[in-house]
Amino acid sequence: METSRIETALGGLGSLDELAARDTPAARLDPRAKVAVTVAFVAVVASFGRTELGRLAPLAAIPLALGALGDVPWRPVLVRLALASPLALGVAVFEPFLDRAPAVVLGGVTVSRGDVAFLVILAKFALSLGAALLLVATTRFDDVCQAAGRLGAPRVLVAQLSLTWRYLFVLGDEATRMLRAHALRSPGAPRPRLRTAGTLLGQLLVRATSRAERIHVAMRCRGFDGRLPARETWRFRRADAAFLGGAAAVLVAARALDVPALVGAALSGVLR
Amino acid sequence: MSHHLVAVSDLRFTYPDGTAALQGVTFTLHHGESVGLVGANGAGKSTLLLHLAGVLVPGHGAVRVGDCPVTPRTLAQVRRTVGMVFQDPDDQLFMPTVEDDVGFGPANLGLPADEVAARVAAALERVGALHLRRRPPHRLSGGEKRAVAIASVLAMSPDVLVMDEPSSNLDPRSRRRLIEQLRAFEHTKIVATHDLDLVLDVCARTIVLSGGRVVADGQTRELLADDGVLAPSGLERPLRLQGCPRCGA
Repeated sequence: METSRIETALGGLGSLDELAARDTPAARLDPRAKVAVTVAFVAVVASFGRTELGRLAPLAAIPLALGALGDVPWRPVLVRLALASPLALGVAVFEPFLDRAPAVVLGGVTVSRGDVAFLVILAKFALSLGAALLLVATTRFDDVCQAAGRLGAPRVLVAQLSLTWRYLFVLGDEATRMLRAHALRSPGAPRPRLRTAGTLLGQLLVRATSRAERIHVAMRCRGFDGRLPARETWRFRRADAAFLGGAAAVLVAARALDVPALVGAALSGVLR
Repeated sequence: MSHHLVAVSDLRFTYPDGTAALQGVTFTLHHGESVGLVGANGAGKSTLLLHLAGVLVPGHGAVRVGDCPVTPRTLAQVRRTVGMVFQDPDDQLFMPTVEDDVGFGPANLGLPADEVAARVAAALERVGALHLRRRPPHRLSGGEKRAVAIASVLAMSPDVLVMDEPSSNLDPRSRRRLIEQLRAFEHTKIVATHDLDLVLDVCARTIVLSGGRVVADGQTRELLADDGVLAPSGLERPLRLQGCPRCGA
């Protein structure tokens, strides 16, 4: 039923965040270092051309290392990747039809450039989203927001993000209650029809707006002046420097050198 | 400082949709007093509370808190004096963790970090919620949320506590704990509620609102036993002042 689906989705969202509350080497790292590495990582992943599949491979080292340091169970991360994959598939699916020029021949099968581009899009998607999920699984979400703020993200954006996270669950609860109330009074069709859905959505918007007003009042009553006060004070330690240095080395190497080609050359040199 | 802490005189307020919520309310609160504000739904209780915290601006009449009238200019001072606990704790707890939330007010007062931390610990201790300090507010139970909401206001060391329906949605034990805590607070209190038994326990004085007017103001023990006052205002005696259901005595 519709209602239970919302509950599961939001519950799932929260459970990844809860992983970050555990005390692991990755969780102890300075959130600023993790956010900076994740942003740089996504930028480097995006920078590769549409057929440079092999050169993306070494980049996987960073999310794998973070996941291992954070003792993150792989299943929930993979499930979330799979849930979001239709988006990437939708973008990638036309590539094989648009570019049929042969790229490589593997065991008698010709792989076109379009096929490679298809795989590159999926790999970029998996790497970027995977890195973001691992960041959330190893860093409490409010620390992510605050670190982003310290690293220069606009103040309004940071406040928006952290309040959105806080009230996502309240909004979800509200939507769940409305859908449940609807389902109980329309036994034949538990899913709202388009017309009713519009009304429900409008109702949700109105409720969200009036709640936002009440929250704003509550904030003003406690002296809010447009700035969320800074909270944690973080110390940049040796482990953070090591993490940052290691990640930077991987990113620079992956960008500057063609690692798979070098490995291939080295191997063929050995074999000869 | 004057001997009265809160003075409301001939307060009138009409909402933009034309609902006349307050039609000439007058009363004063003295230091250390504990007052129950009771009345039917729509009697104007919440509207009155919002005026005390300076959230609504009077259409007519005036509200004074301590030595200053409540005006847009004095809001900062007023909000330092008046601590308002909202009816829905979810509206009040907006920070990512309990301790950040309780520290939000003191941090906005510009206090140094160690002072903020000390106030957070003291306020949470006061409501028995110190063990929740690292938890996210949205994962707490209703009773825990209420306790933290009260702590978030106590941390600002207000002189007056203003509470809107503090016992709503609480289970009997949480409600009892809340009553014990309210009795222990030395603050001046004004509590709007339908829980007349709570008023009997916590407030020596009661103000009855009906149709946006004060229809009675006096000793709780006398007022809440006076059916002539209660019935026309849509209220009934608290359970403890009703006859025994078995013997009728």
